[in-house]
Amino acid sequence: MNEKINFPAEDLASNRDGFGDALVEAGRLNKNIVVATADLSESTRVEKFAKEFPDRFLDVGVAEQNLVAVASGLAAAGKIAFATSYAAFSPGRNWEQMRTTISYNDQPVKIIGSHGGLSVGPDGATHQALEDIALMRVLPNMTVLAPGDYEEARKATMAAIGHPGPIYLRLSRDKTPKFTTTETPFEIGEALLLREGSDVTIVSTGTITYEALLAAQALAMEETSVEVLHMPTVKPLDTTSLLNSVRKTGCVVTVEDHQIAGGLGGAVAEFLSESHPVLIRRVGVQDRFGQSGRVNELYAEYEMDSYAIIKNVKEILARRGKN
Amino acid sequence: MESITEKKQIELADMATLIREDIVKMLVEAGSGHSAGSLGMADIFATLYFGDVLRHDPQNPLWEERDRLVLSNGHICPVLYATLARAGYLPLDELTTLRDFRSRLQGHPHRENLPGVETTSGPLGSGLSQASGMAYAARLDGAKWRVYCLLSDGEHDEGNTWEAVMFAAKYKLNNLTAIIDRNNIQIDGYTEDVMPLNSLATKYEAFNWHVIEIDGHDYGAIKDACDEASSVADRPTVIVARTIPGKDIEYMENLPEWHGKSPNVGEAIEALRELRTLQGKIEAEYD
Repeated sequence: MNEKINFPAEDLASNRDGFGDALVEAGRLNKNIVVATADLSESTRVEKFAKEFPDRFLDVGVAEQNLVAVASGLAAAGKIAFATSYAAFSPGRNWEQMRTTISYNDQPVKIIGSHGGLSVGPDGATHQALEDIALMRVLPNMTVLAPGDYEEARKATMAAIGHPGPIYLRLSRDKTPKFTTTETPFEIGEALLLREGSDVTIVSTGTITYEALLAAQALAMEETSVEVLHMPTVKPLDTTSLLNSVRKTGCVVTVEDHQIAGGLGGAVAEFLSESHPVLIRRVGVQDRFGQSGRVNELYAEYEMDSYAIIKNVKEILARRGKN
Repeated sequence: MESITEKKQIELADMATLIREDIVKMLVEAGSGHSAGSLGMADIFATLYFGDVLRHDPQNPLWEERDRLVLSNGHICPVLYATLARAGYLPLDELTTLRDFRSRLQGHPHRENLPGVETTSGPLGSGLSQASGMAYAARLDGAKWRVYCLLSDGEHDEGNTWEAVMFAAKYKLNNLTAIIDRNNIQIDGYTEDVMPLNSLATKYEAFNWHVIEIDGHDYGAIKDACDEASSVADRPTVIVARTIPGKDIEYMENLPEWHGKSPNVGEAIEALRELRTLQGKIEAEYD
């Protein structure tokens, strides 16, 4: 186990709070930061920033297309522009504006998609963004981040401010275990090895990584040695860390709160199939829409909780054993 | 009262004719592209760049204090490219590379390709949003530069345009001037048939913009409207410029079918003859 992480984690906090807290701190130091939201200042945790820096805060109303194109204009004029909304609407509704005015136009806007994944819970399928990583990952110039907890979201926010290009930062609504600490390293483009193992590699992104840690611990009791590689950066993929791990273990289970097509699982499968083919299982939403419910109910129903991860690990090991 | 002299008006008319000739030559060489809107906006482009409206420096395209011109309806880029070339941003002989492989003159403009292009555009409806973001940033910095956003009438079908209209009014962006090419055509036909826009002036007034309606081929009126916009203290200004699509080429004028196509060689020769003889009013010196 990586010494710089907390497992089991004692405290819960949402990673959107990590973003909001970092943003207001950064705003005090950097007068160039301007934040725009589309009628979701409280939900995307930019209320504190808005209160402290009213001139540097813009509420565009329920208008996601305008949100990101205004942010492009702010960036064109030299501002560090943040554009916050729910991932279901941004990029869900304004992907073309992101493509043309931010990605192709190469303006370094920081796009915040909160409420990613099934973990939105009771709001139901319309508000559970399960496609946003896929949508953003295919855009040239774009960096895609999905931090795993409160502290990592803080660091990702600070790193995004210093990053010269456009960023998509995916956040979650729910309070989740704080498994990283202020000491845990974070660099854009670098995976975090949470737990070393030799039988199988679990590659995971976002807050659901904690389920992967639970699964790895349970499997250790059964003498299965699981390596857990957390990938807060989905693009660019840390292929070096991935290859190092897979050369050792020889098989991979990916875990994400997203469709299994096009997200982290897609990225890992694309890379490994071309450079180091191994057996892969992808844990995530399997071409379905979500629904209302508590997060634990949804993760069980959609086979994404630690039990489902354990099942996938066992299946992939059994299959590899036969080969 | 018109703020430019008769001499200046003649200069601008000559420049607009050169720009129109460039547009025809570019489009016939490219074999595709948008003729009507490009030709219809030549007088406005000539006035903006050569009539003491825009503060800009072709030798220093990224000059911090320059006014920003955002072309929202990127498909009329032939008029932008021709004007930029006439102003010295690129060599004139590069114009006929329009739409060629590896050309800096992409079919729709890309910011990183060409000095003087402030935004990548083409997909309609988001230019006014970007212009508004720039205007807000300029105000935050206490900068003196203005933002000019050129829009088509057809792109007022886009919801995004109206999101930006509300935004600019909410934040009282008085350093923003929008100029609408009200030529009444779009790719599928006349605007009032495809999706009736009715009075854009009334609509913008209702959204708390300062509204000026002009003849988009009257150099004095264009200059005066831009000057008036700069003097408004508490709101953004829209100039609704009535223009003739395909202006000065008789067989193109006012016909929607010329929105998205280029002339063939015979048509281009006819077009250039018309431009050079002011539609037959003077003798052709090139015949």
